[in-house]
Amino acid sequence: MNVLIFSLILLAGAYVAGLLGAMTGLGGGVVVIPLLTLVFHVDIRYAIGAALLASIGNSSGAASAYIKEGITNVRLGMFLEIATTAGAVGGALIAVFTPTNTIAILFGVVLIFSALMTIRKKNEQAEQEGSRLSYVLKLNSSYPTKEGIVHYKLKNVGGGFSIMLLAGVLSGLLGIGSGALKVLAMDGAMRIPFKVSTTTSNFMIGVTAAASAVVYLQRGYIDPGIAFPVVLGVLGGAFTGARLLTVLNPKTLRYIFCAAISFVAMEMIYNGLHHQF
Amino acid sequence: MKFIKTLTGDRDIALLVGQVLRTGVITASIIAFVGGILYLAAHGADSVPDYSNFTGEGQEFTTFTGIFAGLATFKPSAVIQFGALILLATPILRVFFSLIGFVIEKDRMYIFITLIVLCIIFFSMFGGLKI
Repeated sequence: MNVLIFSLILLAGAYVAGLLGAMTGLGGGVVVIPLLTLVFHVDIRYAIGAALLASIGNSSGAASAYIKEGITNVRLGMFLEIATTAGAVGGALIAVFTPTNTIAILFGVVLIFSALMTIRKKNEQAEQEGSRLSYVLKLNSSYPTKEGIVHYKLKNVGGGFSIMLLAGVLSGLLGIGSGALKVLAMDGAMRIPFKVSTTTSNFMIGVTAAASAVVYLQRGYIDPGIAFPVVLGVLGGAFTGARLLTVLNPKTLRYIFCAAISFVAMEMIYNGLHHQF
Repeated sequence: MKFIKTLTGDRDIALLVGQVLRTGVITASIIAFVGGILYLAAHGADSVPDYSNFTGEGQEFTTFTGIFAGLATFKPSAVIQFGALILLATPILRVFFSLIGFVIEKDRMYIFITLIVLCIIFFSMFGGLKI
């Protein structure tokens, strides 16, 4: 296979990754890593470098649209970014000492978890009672809905912060945005309405990924020949996906995608256990 | 002062941040596209490098000086890496703009929180983490 064909296939694959990522809420890295490692047998370290770029592109592209709508909680995002960036730098450090097969198995486990999180029932209730810390840190806010402004308060800020730390470590270690864990922290632990947690999570993914990507770039994980089709494909896909989202309901698609992702995840775990990476 | 406050309130900063993100992403993809075309023109017919064996990129693609030196000679791979750098810089710039927003709002606690986030990012850039 020559470079031109490799680049074109990768471009098409990354486009699908961006498209599905934007429509299901699972970031581009989720598709990019299995595509590169399982299909093209690229070393997982190059795949992680490419996936980080994909995560940043996906997040920055979508976040620019969400901020305008005023749903994102900027203060909450900034506060939690302390946990995610610190975790991401830590994760990128641990990655050097982690065997690639272990990374592949861990990736598979996180993938299955992410798929389950995507199809579970979401919290849409706005809490009226906040914890003490939520007032001290000025995290309680409001967001616009069709029925008017909804005010919400936060619970369990400490618990959410700890889950975010873990999300950061995984993101630094695996090169993914770990949006599923971020949403679990906000929606599950802190009881924030789903729409706010999704957009705020998306807003944070770019910063988290950038913190570890800087380390990976310096370590030589980002290869120009892989980077350019991935960046262009994911961005193009994310852009189309965001458009499509307004005309069709992705509910069925989400189930199909989650099933496919789980299958891929098991493949990664199987290969990891048999030392194929 | 009240006028400045209304002019640069929370919402305007948010809109500005959205603009920064969009501009960064578009710029990065244009540069990556140009680099990609140059790269394909030069190497399109070559066989695919052995990516199954991780060797890591050399100095020329992993340091500022290396990338900029390559950029000066219009080296395709360096152009792509420059696009990747712009993409990496976009979210970091976003944190900077949030900082400006909190300074305007005189929100001391959040100025401090934003500075912590920036310090962590700078630590990962310059902290000698390259092993």
